[in-house]
Amino acid sequence: MTLTAYRWELRKLISQKRTYLGLGLVVILPLFFIIFQNLRQRPDHGDNIFASQITQSGLATPVLMLLFLSVFMLPLAASLVAGDIVAAEDGNGTLKTILTRSVNRGQVFAAKTLAAITYATLAVFLSAAVATIGGVISWGFNHVVTYSGTVVSAPEGLLLVFAANASYLIPLLTVVGVGVLMSTATRNSAAAVVGTVGFTIVLFIVAQIPGLEAIKPYMLTEQYENWHGLLRTPTDWAPIWHSLWVCALYAVPALFAAYLVFLRRDVAGG
Amino acid sequence: MTARGLVKRYKEVLAVDHIDLNVRTGDVYGFLGPNGAGKTTTLRMALGLITPTEGTVELFGRDPLRRGAAALEGVAGFVEAPRFYPYLTGRKNLELLAALDGAGAKERINEVLEVVDLAPRAKHKVGGYSHGMRQRLGIAAALLRRPRLLILDEPATGLDPAGMRDMRELIRRLASEGITVLLSSHQLPEVQELCDRVAIVDKGRVVYEGALSDLRRQGGAGYRLRTSDDPRAVTLARAQAGIEEASAVDGYVRLQADERDVGELSLALGREGIAILALTPELATLEDLFFSLTEGSSST
Repeated sequence: MTLTAYRWELRKLISQKRTYLGLGLVVILPLFFIIFQNLRQRPDHGDNIFASQITQSGLATPVLMLLFLSVFMLPLAASLVAGDIVAAEDGNGTLKTILTRSVNRGQVFAAKTLAAITYATLAVFLSAAVATIGGVISWGFNHVVTYSGTVVSAPEGLLLVFAANASYLIPLLTVVGVGVLMSTATRNSAAAVVGTVGFTIVLFIVAQIPGLEAIKPYMLTEQYENWHGLLRTPTDWAPIWHSLWVCALYAVPALFAAYLVFLRRDVAGG
Repeated sequence: MTARGLVKRYKEVLAVDHIDLNVRTGDVYGFLGPNGAGKTTTLRMALGLITPTEGTVELFGRDPLRRGAAALEGVAGFVEAPRFYPYLTGRKNLELLAALDGAGAKERINEVLEVVDLAPRAKHKVGGYSHGMRQRLGIAAALLRRPRLLILDEPATGLDPAGMRDMRELIRRLASEGITVLLSSHQLPEVQELCDRVAIVDKGRVVYEGALSDLRRQGGAGYRLRTSDDPRAVTLARAQAGIEEASAVDGYVRLQADERDVGELSLALGREGIAILALTPELATLEDLFFSLTEGSSST
């Protein structure tokens, strides 16, 4: 039954315009970037190693795009759906409609959380796919130089791009967990989306405050860069392990609290 | 469905104050009360949507709080206006709900759309539906579950006269098919016409529960009598045992008595040579009783 409910959550997402807003943002930005770089006469020589090899290898583009989008755009896209997923039912008054059928609250909650996770994952890989395909078409499927200065072959580079995006999912799905909690607790889509984005911004600012360096490694937003260690030789796994347990400290209580609230709350609206 | 000592308190406000209900199999049960009396809150507790502060609800002997969705097996309906996903079509909404129901509900979609006469509009998005169409879609969604107990909260609200008539017809038909109906309504004539048992709530408390016919009898069985000589008829009636009250009002005699005593009176009138021109029972309307029960309690 959870699987059926999950399938219908996806179908509901597909039928809503706001779903495409988030996906549009994370697809249009790489496209805009690629078009702009193609129009520029002189190749970029930024301080980032991948920025400096944009025109040499199409595989530099998805890495740069992940770097740019991971800070704000992808968490925003994930929040748009996660913050809406329960609250929209409150807004429509449809929670009572689905909770008086042959499906338990826990199953509805699981289906909704899974749908929000699916959406965030899709946003990351769709954005990466557009950046990769666009980059490769523009500048070729060539070898690429990583942070450690190591030259890796094009197929290996592609694998690293995939792995980097996959490990970025750890902090991003944590943002989804926070979004689901906000959505369940506030019962208001706008408040939940703004609340989730606001929460990540606050953590980001806290991490920049001088004197608070000690807590910086434990800020959720600091985990957005956990994939950098993958683009080194030898691979530095430490940031990924660190982000796994730090993110669990955020995600597990958030989802557990959301689950309890959803299970016990009075459905009085609509 | 039974409710025992149901209480719902919202901070300072006592929305439902120890309500007991007994909806028996086969009942068409009217649930009446002024706005804010606690009807909808009670129905929400019955469907497991909100948690009672005290007391229990059982649906076919199952507590929705403990058993969750399993307790709702055989139960369907809606509280307040039925709500659907506006961005999906009527049919898609039903498909979604049928998927959550399982048990062959999907195969019944065409059938229930026909029952509520929505088949031609099933391909349109619910966002463009009129209020009446949504009410009908609500009934269709409930029928998907093949309910044995149908809980309807103000199903005729906002419908035009033809829509109300159709809704009444539909409820009557469903009841005749053996579905137990719990009908919360403001439309007192509708309840009087459809229901055999009623509960009247006021300020969170049940002020009457029982057969509608008993309630109307409680309200006093009255008769209107017109004769060839009303003043003598009044004198005769007052002299007869069993006639509680007899008075001449607006060209007829109003009697307060039970059926047998009125029969006796008719014979006595004949013996006295007074012709009976008309003798009609005058039961208290549900409306009279409703106001006397709900407004009476507000003055105490």
